[in-house]
Amino acid sequence: MASVTLDNLQKTYPNGFKAIHGVDVDIQDGEFLVLVGPSGCGKSTLLRMIAGLETVTEGDLQIGGKRVNDLEPSQRDIAMVFQNYALYPHMTVYNNMAYGLKIMGLSKSEIEERVKNAAGILELTEEQLSRKPRQLSGGQRQRVAMGRAIVRKPSVFLFDEPLSNLDAKLRVQMRIEIKRLQESLGITSVYVTHDQVEAMTLGHRLMVLNEGRVEQLGTPIELYEQPASLFVAGFIGSPAMNMLKVEVSDDGKSVHIAKGIDLALENGGLQSHAGQNAILGVRPEHLDLAPGMDGALPLTVTLVEHLGADTLIHGHFGDDQTDLTVRVSGIETVKAGDILPVSITKDHTHLFDPSTEKRIAL
Amino acid sequence: MLKRVHFEPSVLPYLLVAPQIIVTVLFFLWPASQALYQSLIVEDAFGLSSEFVWFQNFEELFKDPLYWGSFQRTFVFSFLVAFLSMSLALILAVMADRVIKGSGIYRTLLIWPYAVAPAAAGALWFFIFDPTVGFIPYALQFFGYEWNHKLNGNEAMALVIFTASWKQIAYNFLFFLAGLQSIPKSLIEAAAIDGAGPTRRFWTIVFPLLSPTTFFLLVINVVYAFFETFGIIDAVTGGGPANATNILVFKVYNDGFVGLDLGGSAAQSVILMAIVIALTVVQFRFVEKKVAY
Amino acid sequence: MIENRPILSFLSHLIMIVGVVLVAFPLWITFVAASHDEQRMTELPLPLLPGGHFFENLDIALNQGLWGGDGTGVGFMLFNSLIMALMISIGKIAISLLSAFAIVYFRFPFRMGFFWMIFVTLMLPVEVRILPTFEVVANLGMLNNYWGLSIPLIASATATFMFRQVFLTIPDELLEAARIDGAGPLRFFKDILLPMSQTNIAALFVIMFIFGWNQYLWPLLVTTDQDMFTIVMQIGKLLEGGEEAPQWHITMMTTLLAVIPPVIVVIFMQRLFVQGLTETEK
Repeated sequence: MASVTLDNLQKTYPNGFKAIHGVDVDIQDGEFLVLVGPSGCGKSTLLRMIAGLETVTEGDLQIGGKRVNDLEPSQRDIAMVFQNYALYPHMTVYNNMAYGLKIMGLSKSEIEERVKNAAGILELTEEQLSRKPRQLSGGQRQRVAMGRAIVRKPSVFLFDEPLSNLDAKLRVQMRIEIKRLQESLGITSVYVTHDQVEAMTLGHRLMVLNEGRVEQLGTPIELYEQPASLFVAGFIGSPAMNMLKVEVSDDGKSVHIAKGIDLALENGGLQSHAGQNAILGVRPEHLDLAPGMDGALPLTVTLVEHLGADTLIHGHFGDDQTDLTVRVSGIETVKAGDILPVSITKDHTHLFDPSTEKRIAL
Repeated sequence: MLKRVHFEPSVLPYLLVAPQIIVTVLFFLWPASQALYQSLIVEDAFGLSSEFVWFQNFEELFKDPLYWGSFQRTFVFSFLVAFLSMSLALILAVMADRVIKGSGIYRTLLIWPYAVAPAAAGALWFFIFDPTVGFIPYALQFFGYEWNHKLNGNEAMALVIFTASWKQIAYNFLFFLAGLQSIPKSLIEAAAIDGAGPTRRFWTIVFPLLSPTTFFLLVINVVYAFFETFGIIDAVTGGGPANATNILVFKVYNDGFVGLDLGGSAAQSVILMAIVIALTVVQFRFVEKKVAY
Repeated sequence: MIENRPILSFLSHLIMIVGVVLVAFPLWITFVAASHDEQRMTELPLPLLPGGHFFENLDIALNQGLWGGDGTGVGFMLFNSLIMALMISIGKIAISLLSAFAIVYFRFPFRMGFFWMIFVTLMLPVEVRILPTFEVVANLGMLNNYWGLSIPLIASATATFMFRQVFLTIPDELLEAARIDGAGPLRFFKDILLPMSQTNIAALFVIMFIFGWNQYLWPLLVTTDQDMFTIVMQIGKLLEGGEEAPQWHITMMTTLLAVIPPVIVVIFMQRLFVQGLTETEK
């Protein structure tokens, strides 16, 4: 068990491309940290730097209080699960798991005990242990890849999009298993994914990366309730948050959304941005259908999606036809072309500065 | 070209390439440079003194009617070998592609000549065409034809062409068959629905689609006829009669080892190298194109 | 096929059979000649069906040679050919595997220089540099021994390229997984790369064994000592020597002995042979 500390970690490739611009984070012992972001944001690079598969250009990387910048991957006391599993195709499942242990120089009986133990945890049968990886299903291969990580008894687990090659149903199932496994083994884990649902459900904390920079670091609930930037606000939550262009009133006490529709601000308003433009974010689930048109946004419905438990209503309003999505629970019988009154409550709204794209604190 | 991830730099990669590099330098690059050097000097008969003569060896070579004769002969030989073995192989490959039952057996029975050494292939055909006891001369005499490749230069040439082509059919057959099998069946079916019969389909659909394979094989066959037929010539005709089968690769050996004309032989080596380099470049250009096709 | 016309099918088979017979005819005749006695092989027309002297001729060819035993039976030449073919094929595979490994998995100064040095060997077949290569081998004292027969032929750009191609298709993640498992370069080579290249190695071996066995010009140059002769070069000598008083039954038996080993390799390892042939050409 160990903590992992990243201190101003940077990566510049020989061709001058800067992939990681300086990341700081203290990952606690036993914590599950998820690195999330769109493809090319640097999350995999960061994970591979922790693994020792990419060199660190600048900054310090510590595992268990020890600086490991210059250690070989095998000396860092880590284990990694790869996106394509990277199982040795010519070895049996048993030997895939045992290979690293053999190199460590463990005794035959110790190796056997560890492999059997891991196989037990992952519900791999005796018979599957003697098969070659290509004779297994995707889900089983995934388990073997996990098994190879578990038998090393590492201080840190590293996961590089381990579920992205599975079909949707299996992905949900394996997600739950990974979470259960991590909790029961209590091993510090760093997990890379581009799937925000995976990120929200798995991580104790999430680090949202964009173009090699940390956009926000926090618990899933913090990220959901207090997104630090437009990027995070748009990335976390599905369907994505609605973004409306608004104007802060001259006295800074309210924002103007559309003709005749204003929203009062709390805590004495927003003196710093008085009279300026701002972006108002509100999640589809925080919009409601109003009983009457008075003070409500007149939403022209363009598309209705019935999810069963919820109904998503897509439409637009106002002169510039601003798009808006509303999520209402239950089944709502509306159709395209209807005009619905939609109300915004000032709880659960977010304001962003359009130039810095950062959150404006109220 | 290189893996995204690799091992730390160390002395190890040098040790790993060392055996191959040493062999390459000792037995390829150094001798080739020696050939280049020797082609520019003249040595006396005892190898005691040598004189740098620039391109004199080449000039003499190009003035030598024997060399030009060998050049022409080599081209005729290569062209006929390539044409004969490729057309026979193509016919067989098309048939093998058609038959459903037994195509595996046919393939086995057709590819084994690849494994026969050129000199041994020479012996097989030498025997069949032997003027005193051979089957073919025996049969030909009933038609009033006297076959004797030991005296008749054209017959000697025909014999080495037969031998060289026979050996190469296997290779061409395999590549033509692979080429045919990689043509999507749906294309052929579409043409059939358009009303094209088997012959028409072959010339309008199959043959054009096979052209990359054909061109590739053409280059390979020319290289083969130029350089790998030494054993056939040496075993069957020894370049004779009267130089009738003295192709370039045989002449370079004969002039150097038997005639001991070092400068002339070296100059011939250099010219042959130029030909191989040209053919290799053509082949690689083409391989790149084939990938894009 | 699209047309299901029996006549076309029949024609295809007929052409195939004619082709197979024509291709096999020389070998059949050789076999027949090797199974008759000397007397029969001077009477016209020659036989088309095998006779009863096969094993007798085999014994003469292996142990005595032409003209009732001048001490040049070819038994030991078969052995020489085998050693030469094995040394060439194993040597080629070994040095090509190592250099391909270095070129694909290491970044080091002069890497591309080495690559091009190997590449140019493609353009220098032994036939175009015989004299100077012979001089090098003579100066190294490698005439008339197995080293001289094999080592100058083991550098091979095609084999190196093939292994390079094979290694490039092995996913990078396997190397990463191996590094996390603590495997160093040599261990990775031995435990992962070699087993994963098994069939490619076997396929190349088939091609290179045939290449080695069939060498003719090179053994002719570097061996003057009869003990080092190979079976293939002996064929040339028999044909030459047979001008005056041909002993076809022994000459053709010797040819048969030279032809059979590589042919057997091709027929019984057909799948590997075809794979090797196509892989080394791309």
